[in-house]
Amino acid sequence: MGRYILKRLLVAIPMVLGMTLLTFILMQITPGNFLDTIRMDPQVSEETIGHYQKMYQLDKPMFQQYIHWVYNLFHLEFGYSFYFNIPVAKVIAGRLFNTFVLSLASFLFTWMIAIPLGIWAALHRNRWIDRCIQFFSFICLSLPSFLLALVFLFLASQTNFLPLGGMHGPDFENMNFFVRSMDFLKHLIIPTLALSIGSIAALQKIMRGNMLDVLSQQYILAARAKGLPEDRVIYWHALRNAINPLVTLLGYEFSGLLSGAALIEIICSWPGLGSLMLTAVRSKDIYLVMANMLMGGVLFIIGNLLADVLLAKLDPRIRYDKKH
Amino acid sequence: MTRNTEHVSEFQLALRSFKKNRLAVCCAMILFIFYAGAIFADFLSPYSYRNEDRNYSYCPPTPVRFFDEGKWVGPYIYGQTLTFNEFYRRVYQTDTTRRFPVRLFVQGDEYKLLGLIPSRLHLVGVQEGARLYLIGADSRGRDLWSRILYGAQISLSIGLIGVLISFSIGLIVGGVAGFYGGWIDNVLMRLCEMVMMVPGFYLLLALRAAVPDDFNSVQIYFAIVVILSFIGWAGLARIIRGMCLSLREREYVLAAKSLGLSDFKIILRHILPHTVSYSIAAVMLSIPGYILGESALSLIGLGIQDPYASWGNLLSDNMSIVRIKFAPWILWPGVFIFLTVISFNIIGDTLRDCLDPMMKAERK
Repeated sequence: MGRYILKRLLVAIPMVLGMTLLTFILMQITPGNFLDTIRMDPQVSEETIGHYQKMYQLDKPMFQQYIHWVYNLFHLEFGYSFYFNIPVAKVIAGRLFNTFVLSLASFLFTWMIAIPLGIWAALHRNRWIDRCIQFFSFICLSLPSFLLALVFLFLASQTNFLPLGGMHGPDFENMNFFVRSMDFLKHLIIPTLALSIGSIAALQKIMRGNMLDVLSQQYILAARAKGLPEDRVIYWHALRNAINPLVTLLGYEFSGLLSGAALIEIICSWPGLGSLMLTAVRSKDIYLVMANMLMGGVLFIIGNLLADVLLAKLDPRIRYDKKH
Repeated sequence: MTRNTEHVSEFQLALRSFKKNRLAVCCAMILFIFYAGAIFADFLSPYSYRNEDRNYSYCPPTPVRFFDEGKWVGPYIYGQTLTFNEFYRRVYQTDTTRRFPVRLFVQGDEYKLLGLIPSRLHLVGVQEGARLYLIGADSRGRDLWSRILYGAQISLSIGLIGVLISFSIGLIVGGVAGFYGGWIDNVLMRLCEMVMMVPGFYLLLALRAAVPDDFNSVQIYFAIVVILSFIGWAGLARIIRGMCLSLREREYVLAAKSLGLSDFKIILRHILPHTVSYSIAAVMLSIPGYILGESALSLIGLGIQDPYASWGNLLSDNMSIVRIKFAPWILWPGVFIFLTVISFNIIGDTLRDCLDPMMKAERK
């Protein structure tokens, strides 16, 4: 297994580099860069601009700049954000936690609702409750998350029950810990709901399908025939096998951990990586964009690897090393 | 006993089972109406998409009435006048002193039907002095209903053109990779993975950054189509490649090879046609992705620019909460997005189910 993981990671390195090169070219295609913007600011001296130019070799050809960026990367130097005027690593670190919390909240919410719902639907197959669940899932699957967010914000604006976007209330500084947490949770509700509803519908459908597959297997029949109580048949024999394939999904969830919420973050003005990326792209803050893309790519690779490894761990039939 | 020996092709069979599904047929009709509405938007809309009147900013819908004091007088609306309340907030007063009849086939803004026939004829309209807002007005007092009709032209066509481009790329790349295998396959698939590796929304933003700012709206429209297609092709290419890997081992491919047919022709004529039944369902199911991609881009202000309308662009007014609160009708374009997406999804699902049994039979 160790060899397999190593091999996968080695293959991934040129791909990540290729992807970042693509981004680099995309960001440089259009005329004008951040230095032009800075030059217009009379407060910034020629010296500072010269300093930047030298630091990032901006006077050199594009490819050389890219090589320089990669070289810096191996020294854990991600570049300088020209928009925020601090190193990229610091900008991202400030936003990372917010995005992480939002993604985690929607992840937990999705799985906690969808798994039981899927099981329930499978056990009541083709009864009205199952039909209802399937009908609503179909609608939810077609509801774009940005629309959901807008509708929720509209409802919130009509009822004044939930805050309208943002992450903190106006008086956040003066609150004690408990009130602060409540305030934070309240702000979390709308983006979490908007992100989760579609995923719940999708996951529920998969869980239901898996459960139905497993329930029709012979060993379930055998378990029932030998007189096991129905609860034990379902929750011990069936559920464990039905949930196995979902583990792969965990890996994919991981890869979307930091980028999946981007659009919702922008709509709900949640100060996360998504809105950061929008600002970065708009202001041509190239190193910030590159760092964001790099993080997305790395997470994608780790997530996929995680999915494959987990699957092999859980399913003894899958072996990646040919020796076995 | 006579036996029915008519020849039925696979597609006719699939079409028959499709027609049995009432929901899917209903969705097909909805989409047909939407597309027809988009094509004849100029005629169906009461106003042009850029016909604005700042005195009617966020004017609420003007309900069409039929009865006046219990007496049938035909469809008419009342005029709206803009006043400000004590908080300087816009309040529209309905002026009930004068009726403005809603007429069919009225002369209005000039347009060219289908881009060719100049005309001034509009399906409905009211005379000067009042404005007909079936579902309300936007910030500049433009009729939202008209703008939704015009927006359909952009939103609905982007899905079709985008899917056409990305499926052409996906089919060819997948076909070539699967047919040749070896290093070509390796390189092409790594390329696909590279595209798929970037989070979709980030890639969308990065690609948008490569579009020059001085593009005019037509150029931006095509730039968006190309961007969306660029994101969409990779997933399909991988699936098609998987299918081609098994298809190329078939005897008829060998036969075609021995007959001396060029590789390109074998891929195009003998391999790709076998992936059609999968592709048709996949096309239907991926069109919503393009529509939503355009909407998302326009929503955050990077897509279609004012004064041109697209459904996402129209929704971007909603990004300010105050506006939704006092003019909830600007959420209407979302309803149309939803209806389109769900229709495509239902049709795609049904098509897949209809085509699937044949694919299963084929595999045996």
